[in-house]
Amino acid sequence: MATLLEQAEVGPEPTSAVVGRNPWALAGRRLRRNRIALAALALFLLIVVLSLAAPLYAKYVAHVNPFPPNLNGHTVVNGKVVAVMQQGGGTLHLGETPIGPTWDLGHYFLGADSVGRDVGALLLYGGRSSLLVGIGSAVLCCLAATVVALIAGFFGGVVDAVLSRIMDVIWAFPVYLLAISISTELLTHSNGFQFGPLHVSASSLWLPAVIIAFIFVPYVYRPVRGQVLAVVNKEFVEASVAQGAGNMRLIFSEILPNVVSTVIVLLPLMVATTILTESALSFLSVGVQPPNVSWGTIIQDGTSLLYTRPWVSIAPGIMILLTVLSLNVLGDGVRDALDPRAKLRIEG
Amino acid sequence: MLTFIIRRLLWTVLVLFVITVVVFIIFFKTPGVDPARAIAGRNPSAQVLQEIREQFGLNKPLPVQYLLMMKSIFISRDLVSYSNQGVKVVPEIAAATPATLSLVFGAALIWVVMAIAVGVAAALLRGTVFDPLLMVLALIGVSAPVFWVGEVANLITQGTWHDTFLFSWVPPLGYTPLTQNPGLWFRGLVIPWITLSILYIGLYGRVLRANILETQNEDFVRTARAKGISERQVLLRHTLRTSMITFVSLFGLDFGALVAGGALLIEVVFGIHGVGYLTYQALANLDLPTIMATVVYGAFFIVLVNAIVDIGYAWLDPRIRPT
Repeated sequence: MATLLEQAEVGPEPTSAVVGRNPWALAGRRLRRNRIALAALALFLLIVVLSLAAPLYAKYVAHVNPFPPNLNGHTVVNGKVVAVMQQGGGTLHLGETPIGPTWDLGHYFLGADSVGRDVGALLLYGGRSSLLVGIGSAVLCCLAATVVALIAGFFGGVVDAVLSRIMDVIWAFPVYLLAISISTELLTHSNGFQFGPLHVSASSLWLPAVIIAFIFVPYVYRPVRGQVLAVVNKEFVEASVAQGAGNMRLIFSEILPNVVSTVIVLLPLMVATTILTESALSFLSVGVQPPNVSWGTIIQDGTSLLYTRPWVSIAPGIMILLTVLSLNVLGDGVRDALDPRAKLRIEG
Repeated sequence: MLTFIIRRLLWTVLVLFVITVVVFIIFFKTPGVDPARAIAGRNPSAQVLQEIREQFGLNKPLPVQYLLMMKSIFISRDLVSYSNQGVKVVPEIAAATPATLSLVFGAALIWVVMAIAVGVAAALLRGTVFDPLLMVLALIGVSAPVFWVGEVANLITQGTWHDTFLFSWVPPLGYTPLTQNPGLWFRGLVIPWITLSILYIGLYGRVLRANILETQNEDFVRTARAKGISERQVLLRHTLRTSMITFVSLFGLDFGALVAGGALLIEVVFGIHGVGYLTYQALANLDLPTIMATVVYGAFFIVLVNAIVDIGYAWLDPRIRPT
């Protein structure tokens, strides 16, 4: 009955031919109809744009350079000039306390941190590092995992066994402990490193990005390899073999297009995971290194001010929460759009 | 079954071996890093460097170096923390374990009960506003950085509202052993337990809801209904029981990971001196021997828990034994 009803609703359109749409167009249409996912995408893009605008905000609105310490600086509150670091204050009235939030976009909107820097401007700069490391490591991770999964799934046999076992071993390490070991080992060298022709400075954002990408490779590898195995023996691959296609052609033109959707479903959820991981590592001071700031390092700086100036820690946490939430909702939407039959299996 | 167990255990031994090799490479063979300097911590004296070179045989062949590292971690257990006045690392980890276990066990209890409640409630209330509401709350729980939730919890219970009747029972941050004062042990851990469990309630609640909805369409559930069993019995004995399979295997993995150092962030934020806190302090002092030992013991624990989960799983569900 249901089918009959649907036909009735479609209405009389006997002349129009059936329009062929490729799966990507269909998925795009499903995603565009998902209002919640679109709202999440808009929120995420807003956060990206705000973070990109950090230098503009710092220069033209807040009129500060948020990186050097500003212990003797002054700002304006309600038309009066006040010191950024105030004597006394807090519950104990001891030492210096940075100024609290003024809720005035032009003057220390969220107050100052322990060395008198503008938290509002730092927050936007922190977003740049957090997003850069998060997106960068998720993309790196997905690329590496896809390449390994294609090789393992396509060649099978010993190659597959060896690669899968290597992934199992990385997977067995406690995530944070593995990242901490690698970071500490590298941090003992403050002059940077020489990887062959490549020089990486110790404060480079590449280090946390690569470390985070590395520890999450097995989490992407497993589902992608599964998809490669599901595709590799299909008839269209055999047909291509019969036409004399080489390995490269088989991998890139036949198999890759059929596993890309799996990777795309995983990508937003991976970015959510890597942003959370970056913030945790930065909070433990093994992630983003000074002079760069990220949301995690701002929360860590704010810990000493938690009871006197809580907004220093609260604000970056809200930013992380909103970013990760928007990515998780978007990820759910992308999964529903690309694979309507998917069960809820992928968890970030 | 026996062949499965033997094969699984052999594989476990192989993984353990590879893990120690990887740790060895990270700590002794990172390109461009002098292991003796790294292990010695900040500003080592020439004498300490010489001692380390001898203890780990850094001028001897590779296999000898590897064996010396293994000996100092597992057999003689005399791995010494140079940054921390020559304290022996392995006994220190053993002493910190009860705090971590207290934290993780309590949180696990909360999250299992709450996640089942959330998952079942959302599945039963499907079609009402409560299902999406619960799922949004679960998603927020999954998306919040756990150390930040801990700090906000501290701010509320130790700062703003500490002097009101709501949170005056919360003791100052820190850990009191159960054997010393059970009351204080419990009061000190309630907030960390809740904070740690939030993420997992969200995660497991979502998974359980999806599994219940999937199982509800299975033939055996329809058969159970057709037999005239009450809805409650259908849910508890048929639907929920099958839906719990993923839940149980996830639980084993997450529990293992948390005990093996995953609870690090919570321990740092709440000042609970467990294994994770030890690692954090080691990190601040660039104390590599401690980190080396916690990583090896942590990874071993995870691998062993995974093996137990797999064997238990195969025992419950014969279909997966051949793989």
